Amino acid sequence: MAKEEHRIVKGQVMVPYEVALGKTWSMFYDFLKEEKIMGKKCPQCSRVLVPPRSFCPRCFEDMDEWVEVSQEGIVETWVYVNMPFFAQELKIPFISAQIRLDGSDTGFIHQVAGIDLTEFEKVREIVKLGGRVKAVWSREKKGNILDIAYFEPVK
Amino acid sequence: MGNAVAIIGTGQTKHGRRSDVCYPDLVREAVTAALEDAGITLKDIDGIVLGTMPSMMEGVSSTHFYFAEAMGSVGKPVLKVETCGSTGQSIGHCGFFWVASGMADIVLVVGSEKMSEGDGQATMTTVFDPFFQRTFAAGAPGVFTMQSMEWMYRFKIPEEKGREAAARISVSNHDNAMDNPHAHIRTRVTMEDVKNARIITYPVRLLDVCPASDGACAVIFATGEKARKICRKPAWIKGLGFRGEEFFYGESDKAIWMSATEAAAEAYRQAGIRNPLKELDVAEIYNPFTYQEMIFYECFGFCPRGEAPDYVLKGTFLKDGELPCCPSGGTLCSNPIGATGLIRLAEAALQVTGKAGARQVEGAKLALSHAMGGVDQFNGVTIVGSEL
Repeated sequence: MAKEEHRIVKGQVMVPYEVALGKTWSMFYDFLKEEKIMGKKCPQCSRVLVPPRSFCPRCFEDMDEWVEVSQEGIVETWVYVNMPFFAQELKIPFISAQIRLDGSDTGFIHQVAGIDLTEFEKVREIVKLGGRVKAVWSREKKGNILDIAYFEPVK
Repeated sequence: MGNAVAIIGTGQTKHGRRSDVCYPDLVREAVTAALEDAGITLKDIDGIVLGTMPSMMEGVSSTHFYFAEAMGSVGKPVLKVETCGSTGQSIGHCGFFWVASGMADIVLVVGSEKMSEGDGQATMTTVFDPFFQRTFAAGAPGVFTMQSMEWMYRFKIPEEKGREAAARISVSNHDNAMDNPHAHIRTRVTMEDVKNARIITYPVRLLDVCPASDGACAVIFATGEKARKICRKPAWIKGLGFRGEEFFYGESDKAIWMSATEAAAEAYRQAGIRNPLKELDVAEIYNPFTYQEMIFYECFGFCPRGEAPDYVLKGTFLKDGELPCCPSGGTLCSNPIGATGLIRLAEAALQVTGKAGARQVEGAKLALSHAMGGVDQFNGVTIVGSEL
């Protein structure tokens, strides 16, 4: 039996947004312009969170103390992405990684790059769970997360 | 736990690519099936709970307006609840709360999704914040692969062993789906097929991943009194648990996964379950990714941490094993996301009432159902039994 054709209507919804960063996250991006990665420390549990928070998500206390963390850390987990989808910001293939920056108590999500990413088998020889990576800065700072261009494996 | 509540009817669509029907007609298909199963009409329904994924999935916002007629909610109180993938469990819980509180006698709960109409991964990427994490998001496969890699590294699970166990899970879910007339994917696969399938996000391959499905599910909750009057064999709600964790992905430990562990622990406490592996007869786990199913086994106390691959390889969770998991073929073979968590509950109810047809686990009396949502952020569990 021939496959039945069903009628469809094609459409697209486009909505513009202007999203407020708030004081804490605005300051985080101001620090990035100075090539500093800053976290906030909770007065109650003493954890240092990157990205910073205006309040501790566990203690519900205001977090007022800024703490500079290292630009190096370990890869807690990573994923090699070679799957395209609509409105994807980064060009595939890319690597998303959870990085524990030295001096922080949370995993920071960013990308690992600065190496040849075309072949997965070669990539996995270089990018390792528990391996060390360090931040590489964008020359031009635009006030977004890609002011840190990427993290590269430390040789 | 409030007043006694039972499930008196369930209905599901044939899940899959359903471009033969518009979205409201798909919803009505499940609602009609549930009413027929319970042997009641819309007149008997006091209120309706609906849940779906974010509106961007199909490009129509506030679907409780869109489905008003299809759910029979005209002239009745209606609530919409959304918790991403765990929506199906959340709406089941709301149905329970409404009846258990004594404010309604019979409540209809509906979950639905029509994933073929939009871009699932693009929609799910908007669940991430626009400031820090969305840039690096890679839809659901990106997140679940990161979690699986972290879990295997933490518990020193050799890559080959993890691969072998995940492939076994894919094969058994596909085998089970052959028994389920509602399932989207009904094809047998071999270990070799799974291990050689196209890589999605290493080590996850195509046959480790659920499909994007269209489908709906409806479940009817009633007071104990109504249930005994209307229903020959109701499925009683024995316990439920729901937990969330921090929004930013890196802030909580996803290899241990507090929300999944605590949601199950809470449900066990209410149901009086101490040894889930021995006491449960069947489990319907939200398993869109094979590797992740193993993390759930550990969070739910079916086996010690880091040992799920060993239990999988010795057949513990097969249909004829000690604790059969996902005899329906699970989320791995059908995933209309807003409906999926409710399908788990409906399947658990079918099992404990002996109505599961070819997928019936013989003599099942106590069943766990579950769903997970957000960027690994929420988990919900509901336990049903053949007796109150």
